[in-house]
Amino acid sequence: MTTASPAPKKDKKFQGIVVVNRENCKGCGFCVEFCPLHCLELEKGYNAKGYHPPVLAKPELCNGCDMCGLMCPDFSIYGYREKLEQAA
Amino acid sequence: MSAPVKENPVNKYLRMERMPSIWCPGCGIGTTVNCFARALDESKIPLDNLAVVSGIGCTGRVAGYLNVDSFHTTHGRAIPFATGLQLARPDLKVVVYSGDGDLSAIGGNHFIHAARRNADLLVVMVNNFTYGMTGGQVTPTTFRPAIASTTPYGAFEQTFNMPMLADSCGAVYVARWTAYHVKQLAKSMAEAINKRGFRFIEIAAPCPTLYLRRNKLGEGLDEMKFYKEKSVIRHGVDTREVALDYRKEITVGKFVDRERPTLEDAMDQRYKEALGKKYVPYVSPGAAKSQA
Amino acid sequence: MSNATSSGTLTGSHYLDGDHACSEGAIAAGCRFAAGYPITPSTEVVERLSQRFPLVGGRFLQFEDELAASIALLGGAWGGAKACTVTSGPGFSLMMEHLGLAAITETPCVFFDVQRAGPSTGLPTQPAQGDMMQARFGSHGDYRIIALCPNSPQECFDLTIEAFNMAEEYRVPVLVMLDEVVGHMTEKVVIPDQKDIKVTERRWTKKPPGEFKLFAPAEGSLVPEMVKPGDGYRIHVTGLTHDERGYPKMTVPEHEKMQMRLWNKIVLNSDKIVKYEAKDLDDAEVVVVSYGITSRIAERAIQQARAQGAKVGSFRLITAWPFPEKEILQLSKKVKAFVVPELNLGQMVLEVQRIVEGRCKTIPVPHVGGTVHDPQVITNAILGAVR
Repeated sequence: MTTASPAPKKDKKFQGIVVVNRENCKGCGFCVEFCPLHCLELEKGYNAKGYHPPVLAKPELCNGCDMCGLMCPDFSIYGYREKLEQAA
Repeated sequence: MSAPVKENPVNKYLRMERMPSIWCPGCGIGTTVNCFARALDESKIPLDNLAVVSGIGCTGRVAGYLNVDSFHTTHGRAIPFATGLQLARPDLKVVVYSGDGDLSAIGGNHFIHAARRNADLLVVMVNNFTYGMTGGQVTPTTFRPAIASTTPYGAFEQTFNMPMLADSCGAVYVARWTAYHVKQLAKSMAEAINKRGFRFIEIAAPCPTLYLRRNKLGEGLDEMKFYKEKSVIRHGVDTREVALDYRKEITVGKFVDRERPTLEDAMDQRYKEALGKKYVPYVSPGAAKSQA
Repeated sequence: MSNATSSGTLTGSHYLDGDHACSEGAIAAGCRFAAGYPITPSTEVVERLSQRFPLVGGRFLQFEDELAASIALLGGAWGGAKACTVTSGPGFSLMMEHLGLAAITETPCVFFDVQRAGPSTGLPTQPAQGDMMQARFGSHGDYRIIALCPNSPQECFDLTIEAFNMAEEYRVPVLVMLDEVVGHMTEKVVIPDQKDIKVTERRWTKKPPGEFKLFAPAEGSLVPEMVKPGDGYRIHVTGLTHDERGYPKMTVPEHEKMQMRLWNKIVLNSDKIVKYEAKDLDDAEVVVVSYGITSRIAERAIQQARAQGAKVGSFRLITAWPFPEKEILQLSKKVKAFVVPELNLGQMVLEVQRIVEGRCKTIPVPHVGGTVHDPQVITNAILGAVR
């Protein structure tokens, strides 16, 4: 199950998007620790195996660098960024 | 916000139908595979041309999770299988992906000979300082005085300095990173995969369930933080100086990068010189596709 | 060597020893990859391969030990080449793990064992037939292989081709079990034109990637087809119990399914695989069951016995494994006795005894090895059985 957590801000040119595969995550915490902008947190909730997957707690900070994705031993999180469409 | 969610770019390198992997939470092997996937992206080698060979152990399971032609062979013998495969198919890029016990203990002899011959293989060794799959026994890289299930009072043997071993046998590319150094590792793998000859990358990685737990070193994350804190990057340093020790500084970096004729080049060259026109070079069956 | 044809086959009439004939057989069969390690009395096979391969487009490498050679061979085979390795007793013991790997992964390949007296280092330069049970049961677990026993240099050539063909036909490792005498005896070997040599090519699939399953039997067969890396099939080959895709699937039902197909692949095709040479069985009261060099000695013994009025026939095993169960069973219903001379303390005779189940006598004529039997000993056994 994936949840996209976009970062909506009016004056930002890009929005960082983090996608988490909640069910494959094993709650190791690498992504949370090594996110350079400390945007991630482990959820209070848990998946079917009892692990706490990460969630983008501070979406406004995320720049889609994908450090979380690179670190993840379970291929369960990745980040990217999308160009925000300029409001008309 | 209405844009469709992009798929994880590493998925195409993985057999996603087999996920989640058997690796423990906090195990570093998956992280190294993640880096490998990025390296494949970066190096642009056609995936059909890649073959991955592994031995037995937790790291040995990597072959099963990668979406490439892969071979999960016997304990310690990934290197000779890969050498045979590479010699029969010089058109393929062959990577050996295995663990410290598999490659340095039972596979030690094959390791040194492949390096000596400069067999055209990239050997990725994930070093979690234990035989994880079988419950955490001592390996040639387990430090004194760490506890392992077969050294319950602490290990007492000198360990291998694997980069030095590879270097002294003639490997043309030798590097060490840790599972923390994801960017450098991916770059090193990308660089190594396109080089020819015996290339060796050692990756220190956490084994939370066995090595870390028995030695009260915390979780996988704690070990990753330890790597971050204790690693020192020293490119080009003499490999005699990069030995690891228990809870001491970890020298990482690219230590050796040189050229010399590969096993195949040497074989070819010798036959040409000795036989001249009578030499009939080997033709890889790779030229003809499987499908008739 | 200069009259070799462009295909590599050494067409013509030659005087070769068994070892050398094996090398030529491999080349004629299309083998172009070999991994070896020196061990008496098999070394000549790899020496000749190392000499001939660069002249015929083959690749040979001497590895650091038999463990490496026996798996490098599998690497070469999976690469798409016809591949072989060569050894004798001590090396054969080392290769057992990879024989099992070849069996479970259904790798087409050929192992030569030029048997010498054991156990352990034993008598390196002297013959025995002490590895016959090891050929069948040497690796751990249940599996089936094919083993052929040449009794002359000509047969070394012919059966080597047969071995490579069967390996491809059944996707199974095939053993060629020589002994030191057959390996080192020099006799005439006639090598035909390449076009007259029947060579079975690898059964490459026509199915596209996505549809093809590396371990699913082909239609109307128990044997899967083959592919090679680089063709987009993204195969996975593992020594773990696996499903039809080749992925590890370690459940009891899957293990049973896999095991039974591998077993039946050989057992249910036994009729096509089993080869033997039978002589004078019609009126035989005693049948001599033999193989390899012992069958040459037995010929003499049978002559001597017949000269003394014994009604004795000969049943020579060409395939030792699978064992010719049906034929021995039929014979056991009408003969008085089987006489089984071997250069060991009783190996294939156990199979005869098993099949015969006491319907008639089974008389072993064991020999510790080191030399061949004195034919008189076998003659005496035959005459004793006739009485």
